[in-house]
Amino acid sequence: MEKTTNNRAWFLVLPVLVLVAFSAVIPLMTVVNYAFNDTFGNNEFFWAGLEWFDEMVHSSRLHGALGRQALFSAIILAIEVPLGIFIALNMPKRGFWSSLVLVLMALPLLIPFNVVGTIWQIFGRVDIGLLGHTLEALGLDYNYTNDPIDAWITVIAMDVWHWTSLVALLCYAGLQSIPQAYYQAARIDQASRWAVFRYIELPKMKGVLLIAVLLRFMDSFMIYTEPFVVTGGGPGNSTTFLSIDLVKMAVGQFDLGPAAAFSLMYFLVILLVSWVFYTVMTNMDRSASDIPEGL
Amino acid sequence: MRIKPSAMVMALYLIFLMLPIYWLVNMSLKTNTEITGTFSLYPHDLTFRNYRVILTDPSWYMGYVNSIIYVVMNTVISIAVALPAAYAFSRYNFMGDKHLFFWLLTNRMSPPAVFALPFFQLYSSIGLFDTHIAVALAHCLFNVPLAVWILEGFMRGVPREIDETAYIDGYSFPRFFLRIFMPLIASGIGVAAFFCFMFSWVELLLSRTLTSVNAKPIAATMTRTVSASGMDWGVLAAAGVLTIVPGALVIWFVRNYIAKGFALGRV
Repeated sequence: MEKTTNNRAWFLVLPVLVLVAFSAVIPLMTVVNYAFNDTFGNNEFFWAGLEWFDEMVHSSRLHGALGRQALFSAIILAIEVPLGIFIALNMPKRGFWSSLVLVLMALPLLIPFNVVGTIWQIFGRVDIGLLGHTLEALGLDYNYTNDPIDAWITVIAMDVWHWTSLVALLCYAGLQSIPQAYYQAARIDQASRWAVFRYIELPKMKGVLLIAVLLRFMDSFMIYTEPFVVTGGGPGNSTTFLSIDLVKMAVGQFDLGPAAAFSLMYFLVILLVSWVFYTVMTNMDRSASDIPEGL
Repeated sequence: MRIKPSAMVMALYLIFLMLPIYWLVNMSLKTNTEITGTFSLYPHDLTFRNYRVILTDPSWYMGYVNSIIYVVMNTVISIAVALPAAYAFSRYNFMGDKHLFFWLLTNRMSPPAVFALPFFQLYSSIGLFDTHIAVALAHCLFNVPLAVWILEGFMRGVPREIDETAYIDGYSFPRFFLRIFMPLIASGIGVAAFFCFMFSWVELLLSRTLTSVNAKPIAATMTRTVSASGMDWGVLAAAGVLTIVPGALVIWFVRNYIAKGFALGRV
């Protein structure tokens, strides 16, 4: 579809622009202000230049949090994306079961983050939780409040529980858009199940899959509430991810300068990765629309 | 009878999804002595006391009211401003449109933790701290870009000829938009509203930072159950169950659009 050039379209965008500028640009400027200044209260600011950035770039605390965060996001993507695709392939295609499955799968997505945390906190407890109790009864030494490995397993299981459905539902939507004719053609060619997946289903899911990866990357990279409720970042610092560390620094210790410098770098990392994804996505959109309709 | 492998996979996955939720419901129907004293797979001593505590104490149930107020406000604001913008993005090229679109999306990507403190200062300084509108506006940060993104996808599917025919028939832009265009993308509006509702409902960090008493969300109220006498597990579980209910209701109403909406109309 051809679009016409019309700069008056700006008027239609204006409300969004004003609103987002108010709720994004002004606060961001505050952060920038803190990042380059030092303050001793009373709204007096002293120019600090890149001092805070320097401190943060060399802070082992930040390196630790960043490393844990990267590992966490990598594990999350490595589990949720393949599992999500697998679930989507097995979902019923139509009828009552399909609606029911959709509703049940979407349920975890609509639970407030801290309630997700609470659910898993209770579920994993050895004394009152089903998971913790069962594992203990099986003779496994499981205690997520003391053991870093157990804490990690709990947090990852929680995230898989919480978000795999999102990946699955996105892929499911992609699968639904494949015309039956494709499958019939594959059957005539006696294509294997794997070939059908590799050459028909996967290419058709590519677009939604990228959205899924992008969303899961962004959200896992800024995860805060769920691990905070379950482990509080502990034991020790073993599940302190970037956002948890940041909130600790900014609100807990009121180290505004370092926290602001930290925020800006954090934001830039997410921005960079997202930009790469976005560019790939729009390029794919374009090349997809170049292909003429039909087989 | 042969069981299909795909049904097995789905059954296992759904059990995995439902078990933690079942456990929460189970706990909410038990007394505290049963929770901490014995380990039981279902409530032996069925009680609704935990729910009664929440539904009769204003400091508890006002949490739900507050949450629903700001979530609805946010959904209405987000959709209202996103509609014209999405129309502009789907129909016209204009100076800087691509950059603007990406900039909008970056706000969906910004960690709420980065914004918590500046928001607190901003809304305190303009006297909106602890009001519903403050939380609703703060949540626009990530909901407006998302709404624009979803609606743009749906609007692209509506042929331009419809716009042109309407103008030839003498419709003015506002009348065309309200009477003809909006009904055409009604399902898109529904999906966008669902997502705005969802992300505003589940968010805690910003809503907790921006409120203290009058607009305190239910999610923040739940932290109250830790008291000197120990955890009130039963009430905590009941409060958790009640936060799932609105979400479940909303899902039920939009279930036929969910899959489509998750693909953001871009499949």
